[in-house]
Amino acid sequence: MALSLAAIVAQNRYLRDASQLQSLSFAVHIPLVCFGIALPALIAYFEWRFLRTGEELYRTIARRWTRIMAALFAIGVITGTILSFEMGMLWPTFMSTFGSVFGLGFSIEGFSFFLEAIFIGIYVYGWNRLSQRLHFLCVLPIVFAGFTGSLMVIAVNAWMQHPSGFRLRGGHAVDVHPLAALFGNSFLWNELIHMYVAGFMVTGFVLAAPYAIQRLRGRWGRYERTAFTLPFTVAAVASPLQVLIGDWVARDVATEQLIKLAALEGLAKTTRGAPEHILGWYHNGKISFGIGIPHLLSLLAFHSWNHTVQGLDSVPPVDRPPINITRLSFQTMVGIGTLMALVAVVYLFLLWRRRTLPSERPFYGAAALLGPLSVVALIAGWVTTEVGRQPWVVYKVMTTTQAVTTAGSVPVSYGVLVAAYLLVGAASIWILRRLALMDLPPLSSDASIVARAGEAAA
Amino acid sequence: MHLYEIPIICVLVGLTLYVVLGGADFGAGLWQLESVVIPGRTEAARQRAEENREHAHHSMGPVWEANHVWLIFVLTVTWTAYPRAFGAIASTLELPLLIAGVGIVFRGAAYALRAGSASARESALIDTVFSLSSVLTPFALGTIIGAIVLGRVPVGNAAGSITGSWTGLFSILLGALVVVLCAYMAAVYLAADAARAGEGELASRFRTRALVAALLAGALAIALLPVLHSDAHRFYHRLVSGPGLVGVVLSAAGGIGTLALVVVRRFGAARASAAVAVAGLIVGFALAQNPVFLPGLSLASAAAPTETIVPLLFAILAGIVVLFPSLGFLFALHLGGRFDLAEQDRSGAVQPPAAAAGVGAMIASSRQGLAARGAIAGLLGGLGFLNAADAPWAHIVGVVSLAVCALCAIAAVAPAELAARERD
Repeated sequence: MALSLAAIVAQNRYLRDASQLQSLSFAVHIPLVCFGIALPALIAYFEWRFLRTGEELYRTIARRWTRIMAALFAIGVITGTILSFEMGMLWPTFMSTFGSVFGLGFSIEGFSFFLEAIFIGIYVYGWNRLSQRLHFLCVLPIVFAGFTGSLMVIAVNAWMQHPSGFRLRGGHAVDVHPLAALFGNSFLWNELIHMYVAGFMVTGFVLAAPYAIQRLRGRWGRYERTAFTLPFTVAAVASPLQVLIGDWVARDVATEQLIKLAALEGLAKTTRGAPEHILGWYHNGKISFGIGIPHLLSLLAFHSWNHTVQGLDSVPPVDRPPINITRLSFQTMVGIGTLMALVAVVYLFLLWRRRTLPSERPFYGAAALLGPLSVVALIAGWVTTEVGRQPWVVYKVMTTTQAVTTAGSVPVSYGVLVAAYLLVGAASIWILRRLALMDLPPLSSDASIVARAGEAAA
Repeated sequence: MHLYEIPIICVLVGLTLYVVLGGADFGAGLWQLESVVIPGRTEAARQRAEENREHAHHSMGPVWEANHVWLIFVLTVTWTAYPRAFGAIASTLELPLLIAGVGIVFRGAAYALRAGSASARESALIDTVFSLSSVLTPFALGTIIGAIVLGRVPVGNAAGSITGSWTGLFSILLGALVVVLCAYMAAVYLAADAARAGEGELASRFRTRALVAALLAGALAIALLPVLHSDAHRFYHRLVSGPGLVGVVLSAAGGIGTLALVVVRRFGAARASAAVAVAGLIVGFALAQNPVFLPGLSLASAAAPTETIVPLLFAILAGIVVLFPSLGFLFALHLGGRFDLAEQDRSGAVQPPAAAAGVGAMIASSRQGLAARGAIAGLLGGLGFLNAADAPWAHIVGVVSLAVCALCAIAAVAPAELAARERD
């Protein structure tokens, strides 16, 4: 008895370590995924402009951003590889029970990763070594692979949120239909589009932020203006649309994951005509210090004034996710998302009225802030969906406690990988700063030989 | 052949390609390490070491990412097709996987950081710190294979010994063998690359390194046999006198062939026969292990149901159709020397289209107005179909409308023209 109790305590400890390690790995990897989704498309736009107009400016921007893309992709390769290791290292029972159901999604994702790696190699090293048209064509598979890659990963996540395509018998998945499980899932499409659009928002705002800072410092040549306007415009167009897409996602959560919705809203009791609370803190079955708006939750989630919304009391406490983490991250995401949409609408309105870029300094201050804020919103969004799914790894089928490894070495992995991520983080910051300061190598081949010889001599 | 055997064949092919291609990358890291640890006393020797290091970096740069994705392929196909085996291996062998992962992190970080190094000193520092990691991944992957072959990985959630399963003499020796194999393949590859670029002296240096590594690999392989005989009797007999013998013969022939080809400086052919040697080793191991995957778990019982294997195989087939031509393109460019620093400028100057500016601006502005209307229409469509309606088909229309809205809105803003219009 004492022994089994000790085992349970140990397993819970591993569960905590494993969950934290997994969340950390996701938080490091997901911003890089956004760059994988959107940056190739933005680079393609400028290279296309260069081909159309012959203006060197556009090629310079494309080449500078290509270096950023190459560095971030290299870091994404390693964080992605670690994630795939962790699937088995941390959640072996999840993998061995359901690998046959969802594994296919990752196999196809592996192929898009492959396609991306091949063409990034060609694209990065091919400036001036391929004909210009061929070089431009080589960016298109990267854009395509960014989409298919997120499609596959989201297909797996959507399946975990809303599992189907199998039956459980004696702890084994039988009657397996992987295609139906991955692609015949209503959750897939709204999650995918929500994430894909988020990729463009994060990339756009993060990429535009340093140029907004340049504007504040008084450097505002045509180069800075051009490099600011495209990513910011893309993100600004995406932001209001994301509000609509977010509403669609939330309504699907409301019909399929009742307890997650109750946790998002901190709704303790099943309520007819449920109110919505903004801000505040969930404690003892109610929201303290929040602003309550009567009937709003029923109206938003079900389009009905008096719809009954299930509360947390409909399941035993062990089946509820951590309420405040879920709710706060949800509110963070929605709050920042709304802010981004407001700034975007102001920007688009000013463009429409004046036909020039805004001249107000506060606008550029806001633009600089939206970069880091968009990353916060992105991570808050993933915390919302992943913590909101707890205690389940596969919704209502397998708990994270059942899935977690019993290997005693989890704390070791935790420590080592935290150190590795700190190093990778420091390295990324260093490389991005360095790339921003460094001049592009000249395109003419003779000059690069001279540079190489000079470097060797030094 | 059974359906459940096809994915393992794909996994073994992927593993061979990873060892041959990704292994050469880790090996290149080892040679960078060598050039830093033993820089030589004279100025000329240091210069040579520096050249070796630079060469190892430049001939891997364009392809290392693609080379590494083979590992992802191996992992994902294994966990889809043989989930129970994967769960058991990954949980019991968490520590060597962690070591391999750390090696991959450092190796990748080196490539990312190299792009930003401003001086030869910085590059040297990055190479020193990060090439240490090149030992970790091949060694850890070798110990993992060793643990599986010796039957130290029972089925279940971390059911085997966390430390004992992969630290036996056989695993350690196999890990060392994989490290040396990587160094060997890298040396052959780098010699071939230097010879192609016409740098005869550089090629000779890596030729010497290839020969040394080859002899060391042969010695380690022979040293493994008695250990195997005492630790894994069944496997040993199946390897040297049973079905695995084919692979062993193939591997030995490939190894000796490569040695001969390197001696006569036929580096291109040597790379092919080095790949044969690796493939032979992997095939031999697989056939000796077959039909057992893990103790008490045969390949057949580890396999996912047919409903999973069939779509997986179609996905692999489709992947091959797309990826092999792409990989061919990448390697044709790379091995053809198109990425070399000394390559001629192949892109001609672009002729900017001469357009009557006034007319162009008029057309552009009317196009922007049209795009703005398209954006508003798309937005209204999205609001109606995505947010007001509930039917799934309506949501599809809504998403398409929003996509139209986004594209039209960006066209209406015309970011490049907007930025160009502004006065400095």
